[in-house]
Amino acid sequence: MEDLVDGLLSGKVRSLAKAITVIENDRPGKRELLKRVYPKTGNAYLLGITGPPGAGKSTLTDKVIANLRKQGKTVGVIAVDPSSPFSGGAILGDRIRMQQHALDEGVFIRSMATRSHLGGLAKNTVDVIHLLDAAGKDVIIVETVGVGQDEVDIVRIAQTTVVVMVPGLGDSVQIAKAGVMEIADVFAINKADRDGADKLFSEIRAMLDMVKGEIKPEVFRTVAVDDVGIEELVQGIFAHGARVEESGFIEDKRARKAESELRAYLVDNIMERSLGLHIYDDVVKRVAAKEITPMDGVEELFCKLGMEKGEN
Amino acid sequence: MDKKIKVLIAKPGLDGHDRGAKVVSRALRDAGMEVIYTGIRQTPEQIVATAVQEDVDSIGMSCLSGAHNKLFPKVVNLLKEKGAGDVLVFGGGIIPDEDIPGLKESGITEIFLPGASTEDTIEFIRNNVKQGV
Repeated sequence: MEDLVDGLLSGKVRSLAKAITVIENDRPGKRELLKRVYPKTGNAYLLGITGPPGAGKSTLTDKVIANLRKQGKTVGVIAVDPSSPFSGGAILGDRIRMQQHALDEGVFIRSMATRSHLGGLAKNTVDVIHLLDAAGKDVIIVETVGVGQDEVDIVRIAQTTVVVMVPGLGDSVQIAKAGVMEIADVFAINKADRDGADKLFSEIRAMLDMVKGEIKPEVFRTVAVDDVGIEELVQGIFAHGARVEESGFIEDKRARKAESELRAYLVDNIMERSLGLHIYDDVVKRVAAKEITPMDGVEELFCKLGMEKGEN
Repeated sequence: MDKKIKVLIAKPGLDGHDRGAKVVSRALRDAGMEVIYTGIRQTPEQIVATAVQEDVDSIGMSCLSGAHNKLFPKVVNLLKEKGAGDVLVFGGGIIPDEDIPGLKESGITEIFLPGASTEDTIEFIRNNVKQGV
């Protein structure tokens, strides 16, 4: 484990890759690894890229990487794709669009399967970000799975979240709905050379006119395959970051991020410990036999864990 | 702490026939494995860099252009150079029988020819990947 940490901190690719596997598979040593790495984090710019399947997230990511590299920044990428709910397997294909960077030592790309985690990210995404951060990447891009309307976990993690939209997916009511449309710090209307791009642009702008206070998202048009609009988009991303920094929201955002990390572990841990209790099966049986309510069952489990009874 | 088997399916060389690679990828997915597919026309260097970053357990290469004798062993050698010689390497495609012994000697553990079943490939991977860090 020491070797792994030292290798990772000194920028060794194989150490970083192996350390990510420890995190991803919840291997023994994970806690120690994170303990060593955590103090070295907090320097990278975290960029989220999200949007519906086929919007061009991977292609856009590819072009953003190229732009960042031109500026001399090193880049870490986490590309999340869904796991099959049936077999648990996955095809991770986001890299296909990014292979021009395969031999660039300033770019590290890792694919992650969701492993049935909801919210648009893989279960251990946040910890993998910590590793890339500690390994010294200047910018870390997290490309979410193709999202529908409600997979918005990325917003709790990223400094700037780009929502990639494409023309032709729906009318103005879709844009008015809650969820993904609300989390954008920056909009990219990709495939902007297609019919309907102007309409989409004005509909998003109209929606944003009704947003009160805070910092209003900027809207950019891109044609990622042709590398059109990428320069402006990247400028817009960092401009957003700078505005957040100036506005004082940043402290707020950091605190919220820390809390959501803590919560995720809290939920996992309580679940894991409860399921590991020897009385667990018995409690399930008694709930099934209607002897006790599920709420009372939880109370019994918590009692066993030595946790005090809550107010309700 | 179940360990997912991670496989990189790669197409080295210049042929664009990726139906086979896609069928195998899909079969491995359905067998519960995580498959990274990088698309056609990859150099051995790209394949190995990808395998190292993704920390895969196995690489399956498909080549229908006839360049397998050059490309497959190059991938094995580059893996060793990068300290990833423990990755299980197999191949498939249009490969003459007489080339197979040489390929195996150079570190390609198995070669699957046209007509091979996806079940055989799945079983081969399950039986041969080295588990653990």
